[in-house]
Amino acid sequence: MKCSIEVFGGRNLRAVAQSSRLAAETVMENLKTIAVAMSGGVDSSTVAAMLRAEGHEVVGLTMQLWNQRRLAGHEGMPEAVQGRCCSLDDVYDARRVAETIGIPYYVVNHEERFERDVVQPFVQDYLSGRTPIPCSLCNNHLKFDQLLIVARQIGADTLATGHYAGVEFDEKRGRWLLKRPADLAKDQTYFLFGLTQEQLGRTIFPLGGMTKPEVRELARKHGLALAEKPDSQEICFVPGGDYKRFLDAYLAERGEALPDTSGELVTTDGRVIGEHQGVHNFTVGQRKGLGVATGSPLYVIQIKGDAGQVVVGNNEELYSRTLRVQRANLIAVEDLNEPIRVTSKIRHRHEPAPALLEKSGEDELLLTFDEPQRAITPGQAAVFYNGDIVVGGGWIV
Amino acid sequence: MRRVYLDNSATTPVLPEVFEAMKPYFDERFGNASSIHHHGQETRAAVEGARESVANLLACRASEVVFTSGGTEADNLALFGLADPGDHVITSTVEHHAVLNACKHLESQGCEVTYVPVDGRGLVDPEDVRRALRPETKLVAIMMANNETGVLQPVEEIGRVAGEADVCFHTDAVQAAGKVPIDVNQIGCDLLAISGHKIHGPQGAGALYVRRGTTLEPMLFGGRHERSRRAGTENVPGIVGLGKAAELARGGLDRGETEQLSTKRNRLERALLQLDAAGVNGAGAPRVPNTTSICFDFIDGEALVIALDLKGLAVSTGAACSSGAIEPSHVLTAMGITADRARASIRLSLGKQNTDDDVDFAIALVMETVARLRELSPAGRPVVSRHEGQL
Repeated sequence: MKCSIEVFGGRNLRAVAQSSRLAAETVMENLKTIAVAMSGGVDSSTVAAMLRAEGHEVVGLTMQLWNQRRLAGHEGMPEAVQGRCCSLDDVYDARRVAETIGIPYYVVNHEERFERDVVQPFVQDYLSGRTPIPCSLCNNHLKFDQLLIVARQIGADTLATGHYAGVEFDEKRGRWLLKRPADLAKDQTYFLFGLTQEQLGRTIFPLGGMTKPEVRELARKHGLALAEKPDSQEICFVPGGDYKRFLDAYLAERGEALPDTSGELVTTDGRVIGEHQGVHNFTVGQRKGLGVATGSPLYVIQIKGDAGQVVVGNNEELYSRTLRVQRANLIAVEDLNEPIRVTSKIRHRHEPAPALLEKSGEDELLLTFDEPQRAITPGQAAVFYNGDIVVGGGWIV
Repeated sequence: MRRVYLDNSATTPVLPEVFEAMKPYFDERFGNASSIHHHGQETRAAVEGARESVANLLACRASEVVFTSGGTEADNLALFGLADPGDHVITSTVEHHAVLNACKHLESQGCEVTYVPVDGRGLVDPEDVRRALRPETKLVAIMMANNETGVLQPVEEIGRVAGEADVCFHTDAVQAAGKVPIDVNQIGCDLLAISGHKIHGPQGAGALYVRRGTTLEPMLFGGRHERSRRAGTENVPGIVGLGKAAELARGGLDRGETEQLSTKRNRLERALLQLDAAGVNGAGAPRVPNTTSICFDFIDGEALVIALDLKGLAVSTGAACSSGAIEPSHVLTAMGITADRARASIRLSLGKQNTDDDVDFAIALVMETVARLRELSPAGRPVVSRHEGQL
């Protein structure tokens, strides 16, 4: 990802500023204005209310990323989609919060870029036999790229979001650090591994030290009507989490048929035991829907997108000690000159496991776990930690 | 913070005289205009007085004025009231959504719609309208003035084309009313829509001119209000406000007040065009006196509008959708303007209340902000010459 120096210039000054914010405010008037990325949920709404109460000039911004009505009723998609990101309901909620706490609020439209940088790669990943994480792409390409640019343009040097994560400047290393939050159950650092030093230097995560119940309590205290609003869990543009129907509807809308990715179901020793209707129907570790009956339970071990093959095997065969990542982003260190010990998550809901991280090629890192890990899935990210510090991360290939 | 409002094409402040005229009809004179008693007679008189004022603005008969809830309802009534399944309708690609989306609905109901294009200046060629005519053409719906660019369509010529073919002609005059003289006979239209709040009247009141003898199916069914063309108890305060605003607009036109508007607008435009790589959308066409749509290359119009608002200047870009997000302008893209330039455009529109001081404020702030945004522009600031002539 490219960010021009122009946009993110003056990093050192801000580094100093962020470490002693009060002094900074007298130095740079602009620092007083903070843009808050508001989704219409409890977390980002509370962030806006907190910062406002602290006396900052706060501007609320909501990114309109996807038209929820666009595929409604298409190819078996639900008619009305409510209570999700970018729905009119959420924009309404965010606007109400802005009114309640008395801040200016704007909706900015980035639908085109979202489709290009998030939705299309999502579709392509599935069709190639990978299991994508659109949230990370959205963070890298939209929230901490486009929205930061908008923030800067409207006079806000800093962007605040409702993510559960921490960011701080490490004087010794001269680097911005991304850290796990106090509430590890809500830890969102897995989705934030792609943030660059420049992006981290302009971002604050005010909820990093709080637990979700504390956030809700604070929302109530600030009189926010949405304090009890349920958390959203799904991928924002895939209603009901049914990505297969989404693929059908999305491609149909573009006048394209779902490409034929059907092929053979093979065992790990190469025996063909059946056929499948398309690689996008599978994800590594999947047990149901294989369409073959055998004595012992079968799992998807690997998806060979090019050959159209889905490799199945028993539970033990799902375990592997190594993985490779590409398009890695390193946060806590500038480069990886020698192997380092880390713990690593291979999916959002995964307990970080001890491993050795080393360079294995141009734009490729090798991660060797102490213990074999179950269902390492291409398309997902591996995120590396040193205690609560995010070392970096990359895309599993 | 000083706030200057230059978004009068979106809505205008109600003039004090208009507000004064409306006030009694909220409490003292509260009657239902259909009632037979004193109270009803009082409000009936007010409604009919307002009808005359609107008729005076449009140079039509009072009996040809149908009050509606606004411009959108007036446009919808014209289209849905006239077109039946199987009919053919001709409209343009730059219409307001009140017409465009009504046409989309007509298509779903079995009508055929031809969307005639515009040229680089935003103008419809009346000959395109003529060529689009078919035996089953029922209606031509082409706006008088565009809401984004202020470009005035050659409605008199289009009216002649429609008249010669014996096809009804509807024109959306929401953005033209009060800014240029309107004479329905000179235009040769059968239907014409206006809106109160664009002419310093209240929101929620508008009117449709319906030429005598035009058969129009109502959209609302109920009592015999508005000669059975629009059922529902009249919005008396709104109608009174619309009437007063129409009267004041007519007076303003007679006194040449619109020239003061165009003087301010032209000064604003000239000053902003001093910026590099800036150009006026629709510059080569006749335009209403208060509006300018300006493109500043390499700028995100959305960010510019927000940045200006945070500094106290209210302007707009594109058409606002219901969530408040800004979608690429169908008007500018129909004019052949690239998506990048459409996104780099903002609209400034003046109203009667704007002073020379307001214009100075806007000039200084826009120039400063555009320069700042260009410095921040991710694309950098390529060196290019100023737009040559119109875009």
